[in-house]
Amino acid sequence: MIVGRRETLVGRVLLVLLMAVTVVPFISLFVTALHPAGTYPSGLSWPDDPQWGNFADAFRSAHMGELLLSSCLIVAGVVPLSLLFGTMAGFAFGHLRMPGHRIGFLVFVLGLTLPFEGIITPLYYQVRDLGLLNTRWAIILPLIGLFMPFSVVWMRAHFVTMPDDLSEAARIDGAGTWQLFWRVHVPLAMPALSSLGILLFLWTWNQFLLAIVLVDDPAKRTMAGALGAFQGQWGTDIPLLCAGALLILVPTLAVFLVFQRRFVAALLQGSIKG
Amino acid sequence: MPEPITGRRARRARRPRAAWLGWLFAAPAVVMYAAFVLRPLTLTVQYSFYDWNGIGASKWVGLDNYRRLFTDSELFATIVHAFELIVFFSFVPVLLGLFVAATIRGIATSRLATVARTVLFLPQVIPLVAAGIMWSWLLSSTGLANELLSAVGLGRLTRAWLGEFGTALPAVGIIGAWVLVGLCTLLLLAGMSKIDPALYEAARLDGAGPVREFFSITLPSLRQEIGVSVTVTVIAALASFDIVYIATQGGPGNSTMVPGLEIYYLAFSEREIGMASALAVALVILVLACVLPVQRLTRDGSR
Repeated sequence: MIVGRRETLVGRVLLVLLMAVTVVPFISLFVTALHPAGTYPSGLSWPDDPQWGNFADAFRSAHMGELLLSSCLIVAGVVPLSLLFGTMAGFAFGHLRMPGHRIGFLVFVLGLTLPFEGIITPLYYQVRDLGLLNTRWAIILPLIGLFMPFSVVWMRAHFVTMPDDLSEAARIDGAGTWQLFWRVHVPLAMPALSSLGILLFLWTWNQFLLAIVLVDDPAKRTMAGALGAFQGQWGTDIPLLCAGALLILVPTLAVFLVFQRRFVAALLQGSIKG
Repeated sequence: MPEPITGRRARRARRPRAAWLGWLFAAPAVVMYAAFVLRPLTLTVQYSFYDWNGIGASKWVGLDNYRRLFTDSELFATIVHAFELIVFFSFVPVLLGLFVAATIRGIATSRLATVARTVLFLPQVIPLVAAGIMWSWLLSSTGLANELLSAVGLGRLTRAWLGEFGTALPAVGIIGAWVLVGLCTLLLLAGMSKIDPALYEAARLDGAGPVREFFSITLPSLRQEIGVSVTVTVIAALASFDIVYIATQGGPGNSTMVPGLEIYYLAFSEREIGMASALAVALVILVLACVLPVQRLTRDGSR
């Protein structure tokens, strides 16, 4: 490709600039978190006496251990079931193509753009009537439902590309539809499944609206939901608030950095299909 | 549910016994979706015709709630705010993303670009709540934004960006733009990498400059990616909640109140379930009305 020298340089400068804009807020957060609690530090100045203890204080006063556990429990409830249900339905709509599958699928597609705010009010009363308010189920069950449109559309997109011959061959070998699904199609769907798993993990972990509406006790919320409560409590103590915010970022950041290739690919594809 | 296989008929032929089986596979998804999305959605529509405080008896009021939506300037303002946020959440990231992606296209495979791919994704990975906290601090009266302004001699301009009527909404918009610009850039860059390099070579040989190149090759080839970026960001703007809740809680006054937050306040602190539901219905319709035309324009019948 013919690319001018000057253009390359401009490109590099621009890219570095954009990265700086992305990263500076994180750095500011980090530096501020190291200032003595209760002060109002200015900008990006490095503290004379870095208060590493702020992280421990924030960890303790926000009951971070409990929160981590709570978030993990919610993820453990949402992600596997969503994956299973989404895959089964995607398989049905994309591969089995039963009578009426077009209309059925369309109903799921229509749910893709639904803002959560659109159903939050009745959801509150529904969850209350089920007696689940203030339990983790109040977040888990609705989230599974809300993730269905995306999961089904995502998995169907994978299963439509699977050749019918494959199933035919398995059937001739005597496999029922259930075995066909588990033994042949699920193993082949692993790449699509793992990307979906990453996205669902992220969206569950960061879920805020359902957490603050349906669960009063911050210790039973998601990380993001608890951070909201933490802000209310520590809003005036900027360094401590920053330390808490950073601690809450760490788990997702860690997962992101470990799986970054998958992540970037999943997020890019995710927005294309969504 | 094992099922005996007897038929060895041609490929597309459906065995009558197997015909319904697909629905059995779809059943768990359908049940969850119906119970926790379709049912509440229907109820939202139903509630929107009532005056109800969530506890006592409800009273049928027909279209009154919707009428109020258009006559009550405070409520209508939330929708106007949502559209103003589209400028920051959608236009800025997509245009900036296009510009940056087109400029760095030549170095898309370099080491720097690989690092950039990770870095630019960070805002997408963190909770929006954390982005809100981070930026409330940056934009506060002693925050970094004001420090930078003072440093370049624009000290007169410093202010509490999220706390003043005139600047609060744009400041919230900036937070959204920060979250979304990386995603848009990378989406568009991924789209550009699919364009045949021969097209650019040909354009160069014909003497086209970077600008001509951009408008006659890059832009037309990116129709789908632009459509996706616009769709994702417009939904993020119209349905914004987390960032506003954390950064301004709708204030000062009502200057940053958006539909999502207003629904939350109406339903859970002012106990006006009917009004909250009418606004929710309006929001759902608004999102569809904005997203469907974009999809129509940018999808070339591929799905």
